[in-house]
Amino acid sequence: MKSATEETGGAAAPLLSVRDLCVTYRSDAGPVTALDRLSFDLRAGETLSIVGESGSGKSAASLAVMGLLPRNAVAEGSVRFRGQELLDLPDREMRAVRGRRIAMVFQDALAALNPMMTVGAQLAEAVSVHDPSVSRAELRERAVELLDLVGIPDPRTRAGQYPHELSGGMRQRVMIATGIANEPDVLIADEPTTALDVTVQAQVLDVLARVQDRTKSAILLITHDLGVVAGLADRVLVLYCGQKMEEAPVEPLFYQPAHPYTRGLLAALPRIDRGTRRLAQIAGQPPSPTNRPTGCPFRNRCPHAEDQCAESPRPVPVGDGHITACLRAREIASVTP
Amino acid sequence: MTQPTALPAPPPPVSVPPTAPGDPRISRVVLSRFLRHRLAVASLIVLVLLAVCCFGAAWIAPYPRNAQNLLEASQPPSGTHWLGTDSIGRDYLSEMFYAGQLSLAIGLGVALLATLVGTAAGAVAGYLGGWPDEVIMRVADLFLIVPPVAVLAVSLQGLGPSPLTIVVVLSGLGWTLIARVVRSRVIQLRHQEFVEAARVIGASGPRIVVRHLLPNLTGLIVVNVSLSVAMAIILESTVSFLGYGVQPPKSSWGNMLTQAAGLIGTSQSYLLYVPGLAILVTVLAVNFLGDGLRDALDPRGRQR
Amino acid sequence: MTRYALRRLLASVPVVCVASFILFWAVRATFDPLAKLRQSVDPTGLRRETVRLGLDRSLPEQYLLWVKGFVQGDWGTSTRTGGTVLPMVGDALGTTLQLVLWGVALAVVLALAIGLYSAARQYSAGDHVLTGLSYLGVAMPAFWFGLVLIQVLAVWPKQQFGLADPPLYFVGLHSVGHGGFDLDYLRHLVLPVVTLTVGLVASWSRFGRATLLEALSSDYVRTARAKGVPRRRILLRHALRNALAPFVTVVAMDTAALVGGLVVTEQIYSIPGMGKLFLASLETGDVFVLLPWMFVVAVAVILFNLLADLSYALLDPRVALR
Repeated sequence: MKSATEETGGAAAPLLSVRDLCVTYRSDAGPVTALDRLSFDLRAGETLSIVGESGSGKSAASLAVMGLLPRNAVAEGSVRFRGQELLDLPDREMRAVRGRRIAMVFQDALAALNPMMTVGAQLAEAVSVHDPSVSRAELRERAVELLDLVGIPDPRTRAGQYPHELSGGMRQRVMIATGIANEPDVLIADEPTTALDVTVQAQVLDVLARVQDRTKSAILLITHDLGVVAGLADRVLVLYCGQKMEEAPVEPLFYQPAHPYTRGLLAALPRIDRGTRRLAQIAGQPPSPTNRPTGCPFRNRCPHAEDQCAESPRPVPVGDGHITACLRAREIASVTP
Repeated sequence: MTQPTALPAPPPPVSVPPTAPGDPRISRVVLSRFLRHRLAVASLIVLVLLAVCCFGAAWIAPYPRNAQNLLEASQPPSGTHWLGTDSIGRDYLSEMFYAGQLSLAIGLGVALLATLVGTAAGAVAGYLGGWPDEVIMRVADLFLIVPPVAVLAVSLQGLGPSPLTIVVVLSGLGWTLIARVVRSRVIQLRHQEFVEAARVIGASGPRIVVRHLLPNLTGLIVVNVSLSVAMAIILESTVSFLGYGVQPPKSSWGNMLTQAAGLIGTSQSYLLYVPGLAILVTVLAVNFLGDGLRDALDPRGRQR
Repeated sequence: MTRYALRRLLASVPVVCVASFILFWAVRATFDPLAKLRQSVDPTGLRRETVRLGLDRSLPEQYLLWVKGFVQGDWGTSTRTGGTVLPMVGDALGTTLQLVLWGVALAVVLALAIGLYSAARQYSAGDHVLTGLSYLGVAMPAFWFGLVLIQVLAVWPKQQFGLADPPLYFVGLHSVGHGGFDLDYLRHLVLPVVTLTVGLVASWSRFGRATLLEALSSDYVRTARAKGVPRRRILLRHALRNALAPFVTVVAMDTAALVGGLVVTEQIYSIPGMGKLFLASLETGDVFVLLPWMFVVAVAVILFNLLADLSYALLDPRVALR
C-alpha cells in the first residue's frame, strides 16, 4: 500500500503538498480571505499540527484539502496528494479519495454523527462506500473491530446504539473510528478534543496516537490548543489571519520561537516555573478579516514592528526545518520575549 | 516544558439584543436588505397600485358603484366596458374595484386585530408562564380542533354577516397562530442575558415586556401581519363564496365568484377569471412582501 | 408506545368535552331545533317535542343527555331529512375519507419528489420554476381553482369537441348505476382530488425542500461527504431519513384538518361528504347533525395529531415516549 511512496523517492517525498493555497468566502460585506497563500508539506507517518486562534483559517485549510468547502467559498492554489492535484479533481474521483486516502475527524461529534443511524451503520457505511464487495456480516464485524480499536468497551452492543446514547468521549472515539475505517494515508483531525472534558481529552489523544501506530497514517492535527500540540505533533505550523507565521519541529518551536506572534502565544501560557505572576497577553485585536492590512498581519500588535514590516513578509529560515514569516526574526532573536 | 493549556478559545456567543429599532444604522441595513429582495419590492408596488385602485374607486373606476344598465347587460369586453358587464348590466371593472375595497379592508382589519390580540396573548403567556400560559394556550388549542370554515360559517350564521363581524370572527380564528409564535419567541428571549440583566437592575415586568421584548419581536410581528392578511383574504372570499360572508348588494371578490360560478359553460365564463386572479395576485404579493420583510427584519427567524 | 397513546387519548377527553360543550351551547344559541314546529298550527306538537327532546331542562342537563345518547350510539334524527343521524354521518365520513386518502397519497408522492429534486438542485432553473409554482399553489384559493378546473377541463372540452359527456366529471363520485372502483369513479375523482391536492403539494413540497436543505447543510452530511458517500446516497440515506420525521408530522397534522375541511371542494363538486353535510345542515339549522359532525371532526383531529406524535417517535430514535 505504501509502494507509491517508495516510487516517488522514499519517505522524504511529501504525501500531501500544499502550495499557495488561498480560500476566499463571499459574504454580504464583500469577499473574506480565510487563507492567504498557505504552503506546507505533510510526509508519510508524521504528525503536523496547524495551530491558530479561531478565525485564523485553520479549518478552511482542512476543508479545502478535503474539497468540502461550502458553496460560497473558493479555493485557489495547489493541493497535491501523491503528486495528484486535488483542487481540480472531478467530484466523482475526489469521492474515491475522501474517506479512503484522506479521511477527516470533525469536532463536535454529536452534530457530526448522523442522529438517525446507529454507530455501527455509520462505520459500516464508511467501509462499504469504498468497497461494495464486503458482505453485511463482514461489515458488522469490521465496525465492532473498529470500535474496539478506539477503546470502546462492549463494542458489539455499542455498534447497535445511536449517537445520542453514547457519552461525548465515546462519540469522539466513534468519529476517530470512522476516520480510520479504511486506514487512510492522511487523517485530518479538526479540533478533535475541543468539545470534551479535560480528562476525556487526554484519553482521546491517546487513542489518536495508538491508532496512528497501527495504521501509520500521517495526521494533520488542527487545533487551538498548544497542549495538544506538545503531546502529539512532530512539527507545528502557526497560522495567524490566514497566513503562516512560523513552521518548525515541535521542540524548536516551543524552546526557540522565532516569530513575535508565537512568542506572544507561548508567553500567554501559564507556567509552573514562573510562579503566580499575571499571565501575559497579546495587546490589541486581530485585524478584521474583511479589511486586512498589507504587509505583516501581526504588525499592529507586534512590539518589534518597524516600517519594513509593511512589506509583504517572506519566509526566513532560522534553523533546521524552522522557518518564520518575520522579517526581523534574526534581529529580535537575541531579545528575550 | 509547558502544561497543556490553550490559546484563546473561540469566545462564547455573546447575547446582544438582536435588533435595536430606532437605530438609524440598523434601519438603513433593513431597508437595503429589503430593496435587494426584488420580488418583494415588486409586490409592494403591485399592492399599492391595487389599494389605490380599490380605495380610490370613487375617482378611478369608470362607472359609479352599482350603476346598473339592463340594456347593456352581459356584454363582452369592449372599449366602454374593459371587462364587459355582468348579468344586471354593471361595469365589471368598476365592480372589481369596489369589491376589492371590502376584500382588502377585511384582510387588513383582520391582520391588525388578530396580530394585536395574538401578540398580547402570546407575550403574556410566554412571559408569565404558569396558569395564565396554560389557560391561554388551551383556549388556543380549542381552535385547532374545528375547521376554520365551519367555525366561520356557524358564527356568521349566528351573528349576522356584516363586514365588521366578519373581521371580528376571522380575527378570533387568526390570533392563535400569532400567539403561538410570539409565545415561543418570548420564552426564548426571556432567558437571554440582556433580559436577565434588565431584571437584575430591577426593571418591572411590564417594562421588560414593552421595552426589551416587544422590540425584539418586531420582525416576527410584521411578518405575521402579512401572513394573516393573506389568510384572511382567502378565508373571507371562501366564506363569501359559500354564501355566509359578504352579502349582496355589497360585493367582495369572493361573492363575485359566486355569481361567476353560475356562468360556467356560458359565453361569459371568462368573468370567472377576473376576481380569482385578483385574489391570487393579492395573496401572492402579500406573501412575497412578507418574505422580503422577514429577510430584512428577522434574518434568523426563517421558519416554515 | 401503547401506554403513551392511551394516556394521550385520555388526556384529550377533557378537551373534547369542553369543546363539545361550547359547540353545543353555540349551536343551541344560534339555532332553534323546533323552528319548523313553531310554524305548525298544532300547539301540542311543539310541547310534545320540547319534552321529548328535553328542551325544557337546563343547558348542561341537555348537554349531558345528548352526550349520553351520543355515546350509546343514539345520535338522534335529522330535522332536515327525518333520517337517523348515525348512518348519515357515517356515509359522509366514508365519502370524505376516500377523497382524503387519494388526495394525501398523491400529494405526498408529488411533494416528496419535488422537495428532493429542488433540494438536490438548489437554485437550478428547475428549482426556481417549482418554487415559483409552489408559491402560486399556496396563494391559490381552492374554490376558485376548482371552478377554473371545471370550466377548463370539463365544460370547455365538452362544448368544443361536442362530446356527449365531459372527459372528467364534476358532480359526485359515481354516475347513476355505477359504483365501486372503475373508470367512472376515476373520472369523477380527478378534479376534486387535484383541487384539494394543489395547496397540499405546494406547502408540503416547500416544507420538504426546506427540511432537506437544512439536513444537507448539517455537520453529519459533511461527515458523510468526508467519508466519500455518493451524492445520491447522501440525499436519500442521510438527508431524507432525517427530514422524514418532521415531514410525516406535518402531513399527519394537515391531513387532520382535511376531514372537516373539504367544505369547499365537496360543495363545488357536489360530493356528499362531511363538508357538504355540514353546509346542508347549517342551512336548515339541523342541530342534531351539526353536533355529531363537530364531534366526529374533533375526534379525527385529535387522532391524527396523536398519529403525528407517534410517527415522529417511531421515525426519530432520539424521541422516547413516556
